[in-house]
Amino acid sequence: MVKQTTKRFVVGLLAGAGLALAGLPVSGPAPALAADDFIIVQSTTSTENSGLFKHLLPMFTDTSGIEVRVVAVGTGQAIKNAQNCDGDVLFVHAKPAEETFVAEGYGTNRSDVMYNDFVIVGPKSDPAGVKGSADVAAALKTLSEKQAAFASRGDDSGTHKAELRLWQAAGIDPKAASGDWYRETGSGMGATLNTAAGMDAYAMTDRATWIAFQNKGDLEIVVEGDDRMFNQYGIIPVSADKCPNVKADLSKTFVDWVLSAEGQKAIADYKLDGQQLFFPNADKTSG
Amino acid sequence: MQDFTDAFVLAFGLIATGNTDLVEIVLLSLRVSLTAVLIAGLIGMPLGALLAVARFPGRGGLIVVVNALMGLPPVVVGLLVYLMLSNAGPLGVLQLLYTPTAMIIAQAILVTPIIAALTRQVVDDLNREYDEQLRSLGVGWYDAVGTLLWDARASLATAMLAGFGRAVAEVGAVIIVGGNINHVTRVMTTAIALETSKGNLALALALGIILLLLALGVNAAVLAFRSDRLEAARA
Repeated sequence: MVKQTTKRFVVGLLAGAGLALAGLPVSGPAPALAADDFIIVQSTTSTENSGLFKHLLPMFTDTSGIEVRVVAVGTGQAIKNAQNCDGDVLFVHAKPAEETFVAEGYGTNRSDVMYNDFVIVGPKSDPAGVKGSADVAAALKTLSEKQAAFASRGDDSGTHKAELRLWQAAGIDPKAASGDWYRETGSGMGATLNTAAGMDAYAMTDRATWIAFQNKGDLEIVVEGDDRMFNQYGIIPVSADKCPNVKADLSKTFVDWVLSAEGQKAIADYKLDGQQLFFPNADKTSG
Repeated sequence: MQDFTDAFVLAFGLIATGNTDLVEIVLLSLRVSLTAVLIAGLIGMPLGALLAVARFPGRGGLIVVVNALMGLPPVVVGLLVYLMLSNAGPLGVLQLLYTPTAMIIAQAILVTPIIAALTRQVVDDLNREYDEQLRSLGVGWYDAVGTLLWDARASLATAMLAGFGRAVAEVGAVIIVGGNINHVTRVMTTAIALETSKGNLALALALGIILLLLALGVNAAVLAFRSDRLEAARA
């Protein structure tokens, strides 16, 4: 009796586990393509959240038969993941960090892909009175003088790095006011915009994420058009010398396509609410 | 709040139309979390029962450790599994990062201490009742553990459900090791996180409602199964 219950228990558990392992994967989604025909692209949230990849990647997959799996994280984390060889291509927006990545041998070469710009958004009531300014440094200086609430990414992302460069240009160290009017959310662009909308704070965002963002609340663009808010995206194949596991052929096919006339046109064609989100600027001579 | 009504309308719209993306995400969520819980049960239940029955030096310390591990933060587990499975990590050759298998591993690690700790408590209570009898029959520890687990099965089903609840609701671990890749590793919780970050609060909340319905369904199924078995046992 005792022995039998032991057996029943073990058999029952094993049967259950077997069912879960064997049965569910079959009923689960079957991968559309052969398992080896995919690459992993470490990218940033703005390209994913704005819907660009949803527009771009099916076109590439149709012509090449290569599936592209995107891991969308902050630029800092994307670079770190790629340094760990956990991606075949790096597609981000922090030029100095990208150049370091290549210089350290993690990437083969860096190419410009496209650009857009950053904007400062803030409450419609504009308590700091910076609306309409095209001088971002002066606007940030005003924000700090008025101690207007500012939600920063604070996550070492491309946008965060760009924001810190602009504070530097304004000659201000916002970290001194961290926790006071300068609020570092330590999270993604969308989460930071949600926070800014919730506390009527100013924030800096790339234009693509802003246009695609659905929870704008009482926020609107207050500062735009300064050349210093240029936002360049670059693409880098991860080096097979550093990372023997990368699929160098497949990633080269992808990078070449993104930089080709066809890929560049596809980027330019992507519009949301009638607005173009990204402007292709790959160097035609190197492609 | 307009978002609340929008969320309910969206949720039921998605269910009614059988949205294929949603079905895919729901199936993957179930597959990952149920598999993780079963693996955690296979490890956690014998481990918990042993901790209840066996007497060995350091047992008290081990019980404290297992109980404390119930509070493992998912994001820490995700990070540990990422570091193990990364191509720069010791298990990189397995090429498991950014696959559902990696998510199953992470959730199984999260859930095993929960099932082990709850099992230990349940079996310990039962053992006080059975101890004398089992010993008088000269039953070895292996069969004693089996008997105790079998007789505690109703409570253990609840332990497994607690584990499933933890697994299906966590986002911190699966988003790191799975990467939230569309059509590959996107599950309910990572989809909710993504929609929140896009500012689609109503859609995010709708997905949350569906996740709750899913958990409700699994719990109801286990409870129904359990009461069937109890009826049968009484008859």
